[in-house]
Order: sequence, then C-alpha cells, then structure tokens
Amino acid sequence: MPDHVRDKGMMRDIPSNLKAVCMRFVVQAGSTASFARRCILGMFRLPRDTEEVIRQMDELGAKSLPVVGTTGFVTGLILAIQSRPVLARFGAESYVPAMVSISVVRELGPILTALMVAGRVGSGMSAELGSMRVTEQIEAIEVSGTDSFRFLVVTRVLACTLLLPLLTGIVNVLAILGAYLPAVTEMHMSWQLYFHRAVYSLWLRDVIPAILKTAVFGFIIGVIGCHQGYTATGGTSGVGRASTSAVVTASLLLLFTDMVLAKLIVVLWN
Amino acid sequence: MELIEIRNLCTSFDGMPVLRGVNLTVGKGTTVVILGTSGAGKSVLLKSIIGLMTPDSGSIRFDGKELVGMESRELYTVRRRMGYLFQGAALYDSMTVRGNLEFALRRREVPEDDEMGARVEEQLRLVGLADAIDKTPSQLSGGMRKRVGLARALITQPEVMLYDEPTTGLDPVTGREISELIQSLQQQHAMTSIAVTHDVACARIIADRVAVLNKGVICFEGALGGMEHADDDFVRQFFATA
Repeated sequence: MPDHVRDKGMMRDIPSNLKAVCMRFVVQAGSTASFARRCILGMFRLPRDTEEVIRQMDELGAKSLPVVGTTGFVTGLILAIQSRPVLARFGAESYVPAMVSISVVRELGPILTALMVAGRVGSGMSAELGSMRVTEQIEAIEVSGTDSFRFLVVTRVLACTLLLPLLTGIVNVLAILGAYLPAVTEMHMSWQLYFHRAVYSLWLRDVIPAILKTAVFGFIIGVIGCHQGYTATGGTSGVGRASTSAVVTASLLLLFTDMVLAKLIVVLWN
Repeated sequence: MELIEIRNLCTSFDGMPVLRGVNLTVGKGTTVVILGTSGAGKSVLLKSIIGLMTPDSGSIRFDGKELVGMESRELYTVRRRMGYLFQGAALYDSMTVRGNLEFALRRREVPEDDEMGARVEEQLRLVGLADAIDKTPSQLSGGMRKRVGLARALITQPEVMLYDEPTTGLDPVTGREISELIQSLQQQHAMTSIAVTHDVACARIIADRVAVLNKGVICFEGALGGMEHADDDFVRQFFATA
C-alpha cells in the first residue's frame, strides 16, 4: 500500500482510536469505582479479618519503613540545605526550622510517603494478587468457602488506609530530624531552639487535615493495587502489566487527589 | 438418590458456545468421570458446579437446591460441603504445607491448635507426605503438589469431591499412584465424586460411570467398557486411541 494511502487511512482511524481509548478509560474507571465501593462496604461489615489486617500492616509497614524513612530524612536535610541561603537573602534564616516542619507536615511528608508506598507496596500487592489469580489460588480460596474479596482485598485496603498515617508520621519526624543536621552544622543552632521553632510553628490545622489526607491516599493505593492484581488476566505477562499499571495509575491518582484535597483543606480549614 | 442434577447447561465465552445443553446426574456415593479432549469444556463444567463460573442458562441442583443464581453467602455455605482439586493444585505459595491445610479449617471453625495439628498430620499421612509438613509449595514436585492439594481438599471432610484433571502433567507412574490414592480415599470416605480428565487410565481406576463431553454436549454416558461399542464415532475413537 502506498504511504499516502496508508497515512490517509490512519488519519481516518484517529477518531475511532480516540473513541476506543476513551471507552477503555470509562470502563476501567467504572470498574475501579465499583471495586472501591465494594471495599468500603466490606470495611464496615462484620466479622472483620482483624488478624489478617494486622499481619498485612506488619508486612506492608516492615517493607516500606526503610525506603520511606530514608526518603523523609534525606528530604528534610535537602530542604534545609536549599532553603537556608534563600531565606538568608531576606534575613529570615532563623525561619528554616519552621519552613521545613510546615512544608513537610502539610505537604511533602504525606505525598512523598504516598508515592513511595505506591511504588513499593502498590506494585507488590498487585503482583501478589495477580499471580494468585493466574495460578488459581484465588479460586482455591473461594472453593474453601471463604470470600476471597474480603480476605484478600478488604484486609489489604484497610491495612493501607490505617498504615499510611502512621508511616507519614514517622516520615515527618525523620524529615525534621534530617533538617536538624544543616541547622546545627551550618547555622550553629542549638537543638532546643531548633525543635522549639520547628514544633511550635505547627498548628493543629497543619497537622490534622494532613494526617486525614494520608488515610485517603492509603485507601487509593490499596484499591488500585488490589484492583489491578485481583482482576489480572493473561498469565505472567498480565501480572507484569497489572503491576506496572498499578504504580502509574496510583501515582497519577494520588497527585490529582492531592491537588483537589489541598484546595479543599485551604478552603475549609484556613 | 441423585445428589447433583445438571439440566440443559449452556455457557459461552465472547459469543463462542462452550457448553451447549449439558445434562448429567450424579448419585450419592458414586464417582462419575467426565472424559473429553482438551478445550471440550470439562473444567468449565466443573467450575460451574462449584459456582466459580456462572452459566448462561440451565440448572444445577445440589441436594435439591438450585445453585445457578444462588446468593453468594448461601453459595459459600454450599461450597463448604464440597472439595476441589485444581489442575495445578493451586497451593497457597505464601504458606507452608501445614498452612495450606490449616487455612480452610481456620476459616470454618476454630479447633484447638492440638486438634488441628493432629488432623493436618493425619491427612498428610493418608496421602503419604507426613514429612513435607513444613515445606513450602515451591519445594514440592508436581506429584507431591497434587497430593497436598488432595489432602487440603479432603481435610474438611467434604460430601462431594471435584477433581480437575488429577493426573495431567504427571508421568504415567505418578499418575497411576494419584489415581489409586483417589480411589482408596473415595472408598474410605464414601464420597460422591466428579472428575474431569482426558486420561482413560485414570478413569479406569476411579470411575463408577463415565460421561463423554464433545462439542459442548454429553454424547455418551455409561460404564467405561461401553465406550468401545458406543454409537458415537468420537466416543469409540477416543476410547481406541487412549
């Protein structure tokens, strides 16, 4: 086929391809929303698999703590190094502890923790459930008379939702500790003064909405990771696709949700 | 007395019919083997019986109760009366052999740890794998995995056992061992069983009655020996080539 004829054909296909992409997006969004609804209903239904939720929290927390902890510490340290000369230009060098603690607690801590957990835990959950799906382990749970959705999905989503505020708290503390290093070495600030300025500059309206926000982030990571894995098809390559898709989708959705929640918090709390 | 009655069962995938009106009855305490070529829809039929797949139309009655369209909570109760051996054993690979066997027990009742441990050990001894109790599924051979799968399905003392290709992927010697194990366990527990397979040697050992599935319908039902003189060409050919 000559190139110009093929190109014309491709041009004609653009609307139909676009339509197909849009349809796929709508179907996927609908499926995820329905999955999330089932999760919410499952979370409030008794009896809960409390033992499994705790096991998942232990597993997910232990896996994530080293990576999120390091991220928090290094982020605080870099933030202090970068902001000190800028604030010094305005004679506001002494505001470094307050600037670090407010920016970490309000925004950087929650979103960085969520993104790191999405990469570490979201993809792991997706791969684990996906491989269970393709090797019929989920069907085996079903035939044993156990609701696999409640046992595998609801417990993981609940664990993520409860765990993220805890991890974010740890990240916030480590970031403030990280920022203390440049404060003491470059600014010769005593630790009493540093922590007084860092902690007392925080208001409840900085802390509470941010912590509540992380529970929403945890729910999103759990739902996307579990949805991709639980509905995986197409053998081992399908598991790989599900795992990649879980990280990409969760990361984009986290950023978008953060944007919406940031505005909402400012409107409602400030 | 018929324990399972399947009437006019139809299933299709993306418009492609797989089952086109299957009729089958299974009496209490009997073992029926469904024979057929790969892709004939045998596993679909088995998964429909336990409610893992929903048929397009037709009826599946278990102990007088209609399973098609049954509410999920009730379906879980029915499933607890059944055991299922998966083609690839489907062992939970995050758990040890002990964990695999304890899982179903923990989910339905909470027996004392001592009692549960004794039941697990007894079940593994019956399938000849008492030494493998603390191994993980990745440390087991194909035959061992099937045996553990069998022990896991039987530990809850089901009334009905469903076997999906119990000897597929095994060498002839191990396949025969598994078939003989199934037959001896059937006799010990006096269970109602349905097995799907394309292995006539397995059917010869375990079946009271066979049904041949071809092109989505049961084209032969009766004793295994009757296949040789069946009216249907496919049934005679299947028996002759096996």
